[in-house]
Amino acid sequence: MSAAPITPVAQKENRFAVFAARFFENKIAAGALVVLISIILLAVLAPWITPQNPYDLGQVDIMDGRMKPGEEAFAGYTFWLGSDGAGRDLYSAILYGLRISLMVGVFSGLIALVIGTAVGLIAAYAGGRTETLIMRLVDLQLSFPAVLVALMLVAAMGKGVDKIIIALVTVQWAYYARTVRGNALSERKKEYVEAAKNLGLSSSRILFGHIMPNCLSPLIVVATIQTAHAIALEATLSFLGIGLPQTEPSLGILISNGFEYMMSGKYWISVYPGLALLITVFSINLVGDQLRDVLNPRLNK
Amino acid sequence: MTSPILSIRDLETHFFTRGGVVKAVNKVSLDINEGKILGLVGESGSGKSITGFSIMQLIDEPGRIVGGSIKLKGEELVSLSERQMRDVRGKRISMIFQDPMMTLNPVLKIGAQMTEAITAHEKVSKRDAWQRARDGLAEVGIPSPEERLEAYPHQLSGGMRQRVAIAIAFLNRPEFIIADEPTTALDVTIQGQILAQAQKLCSQYKTAMIWITHDLSVVSGLADEIAVMYAGRIVEQGPSALVLNQPRHPYTAGLIKSVPGKHMVGHRLYQIPGMTPSLLTLGDECAFQARCPHKKDQCKTGPAMTEDGARLYRCHNPITGLNISEELGA
Repeated sequence: MSAAPITPVAQKENRFAVFAARFFENKIAAGALVVLISIILLAVLAPWITPQNPYDLGQVDIMDGRMKPGEEAFAGYTFWLGSDGAGRDLYSAILYGLRISLMVGVFSGLIALVIGTAVGLIAAYAGGRTETLIMRLVDLQLSFPAVLVALMLVAAMGKGVDKIIIALVTVQWAYYARTVRGNALSERKKEYVEAAKNLGLSSSRILFGHIMPNCLSPLIVVATIQTAHAIALEATLSFLGIGLPQTEPSLGILISNGFEYMMSGKYWISVYPGLALLITVFSINLVGDQLRDVLNPRLNK
Repeated sequence: MTSPILSIRDLETHFFTRGGVVKAVNKVSLDINEGKILGLVGESGSGKSITGFSIMQLIDEPGRIVGGSIKLKGEELVSLSERQMRDVRGKRISMIFQDPMMTLNPVLKIGAQMTEAITAHEKVSKRDAWQRARDGLAEVGIPSPEERLEAYPHQLSGGMRQRVAIAIAFLNRPEFIIADEPTTALDVTIQGQILAQAQKLCSQYKTAMIWITHDLSVVSGLADEIAVMYAGRIVEQGPSALVLNQPRHPYTAGLIKSVPGKHMVGHRLYQIPGMTPSLLTLGDECAFQARCPHKKDQCKTGPAMTEDGARLYRCHNPITGLNISEELGA
């Protein structure tokens, strides 16, 4: 017989193992992944591992304002990273801020992913006028600076997590649509699509059941990069004071709050949230880069 | 005389390119009976694959079926809507492709792809579909089919994948199958197995089949009838043995002579001189005249199909029984 019996289950594990092994070949990426997972864990567990809930005004004491790192709070715990002007423990505020940042980044990324993928697939499959219309819309969207579009939208809609997510989705869907359309165009010409048509499958089934799964690996890469992008964009908007409400500070607001104290030597209020943001975005980008290298078949050794 | 399963009359498929109209399929007529295999032979660009895709009505832009009729058991297919045609594809007519590496979706399990072919046309439970898929694999001689259903295409060899493709083609017990060079991408030992498999299933389920190939040695043992296509037209057609042993058309003779096996070691291999004419500039003349050793003045106007016993040919100056051995260089 032409092929020896195989055990698919073993093969599948094998595939994942190969993937993991290749991912961890790059020590920097491996480190970034560990850092990223730690950040996510810290953010998720924030309510249980922080001494203070920075969003509960009853727990924030204005008398504790602008404490240096290491000083003790009125309530007895230590401000390891100092406190901000309102007396929030920065360590707690950063973890809570990370929760918001990650949530906004992931949610807007996911929604944009779904919308962009659907739109891109439809453009590639429909062709003709539909495609032209959709892709010109994408071009139009991408020709505006993302910050500008987001600024205008949030300024028009007002503050709030939901509005920020809407603004970020509006800015991001086009990246996904463009990536998916490019991939779907090349997949569409492949013979398995012809074969699927010959089975009498409907267009939507071919599009979502056959072409889409083949476009996923580049999408994973775009999704990681775009999530990092979204987190940075949210911080930018909040820094500019039009993102999230002051009472629930995200990283951007913390940085902006500390900005006025920078010149008076109280560096920690801006620097520590800034570092947290930097490390988060940087580690996501590193992981995304490595994913791109591992998932790109052209770079396969 | 039984009525044919598939009957094509004067099929015309044209491609409207910037350079002009390409008559890829030019007045092709074919009949295929129950349980019979027709070998459609021709070189690249002769229109044999386009004929297959025309039957399926999957001609991509800028191509279009501009004339003729395709009847499946008396039912006209050309006038069907896309929606109605979708019910025919994969259910009543199915297709096997050339490259098994490309025709299976790389990211879907074999089982998913097979059950989908069933559920697209019938309301059956997943369990039943899975069972039928497994039986289908067993039928084409795939060992431990249960396990293969869980496999991805890249885990199977080329021959194995083509077996899967054949199993998918037969899943819904179609009345007609189009095989578009399914053995071309396989090595010779596997070719034989695949041919035997297809032949067995065809006679078992009384499926009519059109086997498109450029390889005469493939059809000689497989096909009941042979149709030779050249530049969009059928130039000769008839029972396999007759066409292969006593070709009337000089092009058929040239093809037979080109099979390397017929040659003595040390002699130059035979090739038909010249090249296929451009379909853009082809007029009424016999398409083969520029390369034909038997060319006469009257070849400037195209010959009609001539009936000669069980066979048909399109030539003004056919090879006769007297000089046949000399023509074939045997």
